[in-house]
Amino acid sequence: MNSELFIIPFNLGLYFILIYSVVRSTVWFRDLSRSDKLRLQRGFFGRPFMQSIREIFMESLLHRKIFRKNPVLGYMHMSLAFGWFLLIVFGTIEADFFGERHLNPPSHAIFFRWFNPGHGDTGFASVYNFWMDLLLAFILSGLLLAMIKRFIPGMMGMKKTTRHTWVDRLALISLWLIFPARLFAESFTCGANGSGSFLTGNLGATLASFLPAAQIAPWFWWLYSLALGTFFFLLPVSRYFHIPVELFLIFMRNSGITTGDRSSSYTEVQTHACSSCGVCISVCQMSYAAGIHNIQSAYFIKGLRNDRDISAITANCLMCGRCEEVCPVGIELGPMRLIERRQGERQDSIPGFLERYSLTRKRSTIERLPTQSYSYLEREDPARADVLFFAGCMTHLTPSVIAAMKKIMESAGVRYRFMDEKGGVCCGRPLMLAGRDREARELINHNSDIIWKSGAKILVTSCPICYKVFRESYYLEAQVMHHSEFMKNLIEEGSLRLGYLHRKVVYHDPCELGRGSGIYEDPRSVISYVAELQQATQEKNMSLCCGGSLGNLTLASGKRALIAADAAKILTQSSPDELITACPLCKKTFVQATDTKVSDIAELVAAALPEPARKARSRIRRMTARTLADG
Amino acid sequence: MKEALKHIVVAGGGVAGMEAAGALAEMGFRVTLVEKNNDPGGHLGRWHALFPDRRPADEVRHYLRKRIEHRNINVITGTTVEKIRHHGHEVAVDLSGGTEERADAVIMATGFDLFDARRKEEYGYGIYDNVITSAELEDLFNNGRIVKADGKEPARVGFIHCVGSRDEKVNNNHCSKVCCVTAVKQAIEVRKMIPSCEVFCFYMDMRMYGPYYEELYRESQEVHNVNFIRGKVSEASVNINNRLVIKVEDTLAGRPLKMELDLMVLMVGMEMSAPGAKCAAASGLPAGINRFLETADHHFGNNLSSMKGVFYAGTCTAPMNITDTISHARAAVEETVRYLNRR
Amino acid sequence: MDQANKFGFTINRSRLIDYDRSDRKVRDYVTLMEPSFRLCFACGGCAATCTAGYHKSFNLRRMNTLIRRGEIEPLREEVTRCMLCGKCLLVCPRGVNTRNVVAAAAAAIRKLDRNEL
Ligand SMILES: Cc1cc2nc3c(=O)[nH]c(=O)nc-3n(C[C@H](O)[C@H](O)[C@H](O)COP(=O)(O)OP(=O)(O)OC[C@H]3O[C@@H](n4cnc5c(N)ncnc54)[C@H](O)[C@@H]3O)c2cc1C
Ligand code: SF4
Ligand code: SF4
Ligand code: SF4
Ligand code: SF4
Ligand code: SF4
Repeated sequence: MNSELFIIPFNLGLYFILIYSVVRSTVWFRDLSRSDKLRLQRGFFGRPFMQSIREIFMESLLHRKIFRKNPVLGYMHMSLAFGWFLLIVFGTIEADFFGERHLNPPSHAIFFRWFNPGHGDTGFASVYNFWMDLLLAFILSGLLLAMIKRFIPGMMGMKKTTRHTWVDRLALISLWLIFPARLFAESFTCGANGSGSFLTGNLGATLASFLPAAQIAPWFWWLYSLALGTFFFLLPVSRYFHIPVELFLIFMRNSGITTGDRSSSYTEVQTHACSSCGVCISVCQMSYAAGIHNIQSAYFIKGLRNDRDISAITANCLMCGRCEEVCPVGIELGPMRLIERRQGERQDSIPGFLERYSLTRKRSTIERLPTQSYSYLEREDPARADVLFFAGCMTHLTPSVIAAMKKIMESAGVRYRFMDEKGGVCCGRPLMLAGRDREARELINHNSDIIWKSGAKILVTSCPICYKVFRESYYLEAQVMHHSEFMKNLIEEGSLRLGYLHRKVVYHDPCELGRGSGIYEDPRSVISYVAELQQATQEKNMSLCCGGSLGNLTLASGKRALIAADAAKILTQSSPDELITACPLCKKTFVQATDTKVSDIAELVAAALPEPARKARSRIRRMTARTLADG
Repeated sequence: MKEALKHIVVAGGGVAGMEAAGALAEMGFRVTLVEKNNDPGGHLGRWHALFPDRRPADEVRHYLRKRIEHRNINVITGTTVEKIRHHGHEVAVDLSGGTEERADAVIMATGFDLFDARRKEEYGYGIYDNVITSAELEDLFNNGRIVKADGKEPARVGFIHCVGSRDEKVNNNHCSKVCCVTAVKQAIEVRKMIPSCEVFCFYMDMRMYGPYYEELYRESQEVHNVNFIRGKVSEASVNINNRLVIKVEDTLAGRPLKMELDLMVLMVGMEMSAPGAKCAAASGLPAGINRFLETADHHFGNNLSSMKGVFYAGTCTAPMNITDTISHARAAVEETVRYLNRR
Repeated sequence: MDQANKFGFTINRSRLIDYDRSDRKVRDYVTLMEPSFRLCFACGGCAATCTAGYHKSFNLRRMNTLIRRGEIEPLREEVTRCMLCGKCLLVCPRGVNTRNVVAAAAAAIRKLDRNEL
């Protein structure tokens, strides 16, 4: 047996994966939009490059984020990724330093012990040997954890690991075999030659004491090489493809590329960068509160990757953004889903094994035709005003919010116009959430026209759904403010004088205001002016969705109620006097789900207004009482 | 030898409780009637004239008051029944204030609560001055004058049916049965007190299920010119003149309709009473559909609970009118006596 | 012509809902896509609150009824007017998933035209 033939599988695999990576990256680069290409080029020679290197080191190798969430899981990932990385680096140095030639081919470093069986008994070499054994042990400990996790998933604090295909399974087996194979290959070789450090040396000596080590060793070197080769070959079509793709993603992201609103090679890269880690599954309320277990982002991305018909999955999501918040890879899951919603229907076209290597697979989508049309809307000529108040559709069903806002603005002496007093036109956000941007544009144009004509400098809305779309998709001169920001300004500039209410309240961050628009502090500071704010266990960027979300077109009302009840329960854990929200839809949803009083932040502030305003009302009451008595 | 009188505790002193107590006393049982409020009477105490014939509620109140003036009846007011439990052969009844009554049987007659109209925020109750509930309109009738918050008479009154009933959004899928006919009765009353006032009823279905109800409905149209519009009101607001503006679809005309009102009357529905539900939960008596008490059989065991010696009477089991409440209470008495005799 | 014969007198076809001949494909499709469609009891709450209906004839309650009767023609134009604002969703006392009913109806009518139903 020509002993060196065993390096062939490894070499084939390695060169295949290297070439494949280069070609695939080139195609991805080619498919980028012009501006994104420029961004990437600039990024490559600028600061983003160093940032990316740092990020790759911290996240892809050390897995800092996972570490923080779950140290055991973090250790597992780190030992495999960082350990392997170190093994390669120090292996290469070793081959270069101790080998007979410099600049060896990679196989020389990988199979160093085979080529130098007796190496490293004395001096510095033995220290180095010790270090290499330590690295191997480090990796093996991670592998052990991975195996435990596979069979007892609950142990690492994750509810569900994702399902595997046969390719994934084969890739998994080859990956798991690599390091045990190396351990035994090195040990047998060391055993036969009386070399090796604490791990390979001792294990080798033990094995050699009752086995023909020299004869067995080549088999394990073959296994080692085959495992590596198989793993490299399967990499592009297995779940492990995310490892190299994530590196690419990090470069792209740091160069300033974002998902945008149509599919591109950036969405493609994100699709492949998902590690199926399942972190998104465990935070999804659709899963743990509503019992719907097949729509979470991990499944959505997987469906995209495998070109399945995922229209039902795509539609059945609250668009709450909690998953995006925790995704360790940083995939922009919300925009990704919106892109998919914009597409038409998709047909199942499950790619064959070889097809999955293809670089230019086109998705089988039918372009969605516009179904809505608003040409019937008539132009309006509004009176001019500095401050426009847009209550929003939903707010018309919570008249106490409107009443409170009127009272607050009157008390602060704000001269405003109530833009949709008689019922306006929808802001367009619900259409956008349904993926109908073209139609939404019609509504946006209609409303923009009114706002421009009014000459308003400030546009105040009490609905976070409107707020988000006003800010992001309208071209306005007016400054857009959510009523919580507006009230904060009024308080700070001293226009609103408020009493203190002796109430303990909890604040709920509405999805579209918090995660959606990044407004966390303004409502909190407004509340703190007038009442005692208690902390919720899940708040700010990890706040819960109330379940009422307009981002889901298909969710049944019973399921919504389950989500609402669960969220309300968590929010009222500290038994507050009042549950405060800043969104009419959240209010409506929570009122149904809890016995705790639910109020909008505007109602809370209005209740803290000084007496005169309230005296007027009680005078009416007294009058009623008197007329009643007279009669 | 005369055996000691059997003792029955009746929880709740509304129509059902008073009728049951009276009937039992008449048959020679010793009765303790426990009422949470300071006076027995229940909701009936608030009504002005009763459907279907608009007889003064006083007449029925008088009948019931007489009914419980019996030496066998001990009335305890201002006291809540908190828990019912078995104690040997007897039933022990825990009362608020820490006292306890021992009885041979218990009749639960804890009645209903009116739906809190604030929970239907879009109708503006508690926000706008001139939105009142059907119960508050009865107060106005009793005061003899129907006025708006500003003390003036309304020129147009609207009755909104099914407020807090038949509505998934407030977790009540049931029909409260009495509010349709109450609206018709109240509409007639308003028309009679203020002949110039226009009156509209906004309904989804007119449920005129009892004797004389359909006739009352007919009379309201024929004699009193009450208007009926089929549609669920979706929301209310106020305009600059401080008049209420409601939005509804006239489903028969097939078009949305907007209307100004001076006074809006919400026909609030019936819900399981909170103190009754609390007592039932503490005693392990199961709640049934829409949280009313679950009876052992919907046809031939409608007064039976799941607990030996405990019987149900009146609206704690489902919405009903006074006629049915009295019949139900008498049936509960019959079941109780049968139980006591068999023991 | 056959209509006239059947009844023995002339009757304006469009005035009559001929339930036995009505097209149930749209109804079946909408019910399949949104089962809560069956829950509607025609209260009109949705139509009363409707943002689109405020500006132009669009009536979800009427649409539900017509689809159930197999009367699709009057809906063709209307069904495109909904803004998906969700007010009806908050109002509906029967928990009908109203917005999805509109979406399904629009899709059904498009499919009907393409002979895909
Ligand atoms: C607006 C309106 C108008 C109506 N008008 C008519 C009409 O005109 N004609 C007609 O036939 N019907 C009418 N009804 C129906 C009528 O009011 C009821 O049928 C009747 O009141 C039912 O009596 P009840 O004893 O079952 O309940 P309730 O009247 O509710 O009495 C229950 C009593 O139990 C007490 N209670 C509750 N829990 C406890 C506890 N744990 N311990 C001690 N006590 C307790 C309560 O304080 C209450 O006094 C009307 C109903 C409404 C809502
Ligand atoms: S989407 Fe993100 S969080 Fe979800 S499985 Fe993929 S990598 Fe993990
Ligand atoms: S956006 Fe919310 S509902 Fe949708 S998958 Fe993510 S966590 Fe679940
Ligand atoms: S009785 Fe009439 S008003 Fe009352 S809940 Fe039933 S249908 Fe509605
Ligand atoms: S979602 Fe459509 S049907 Fe419903 S209220 Fe809004 S515009 Fe009308
Ligand atoms: S609100 Fe609901 S039940 Fe009423 S008509 Fe509309 S869909 Fe039907």
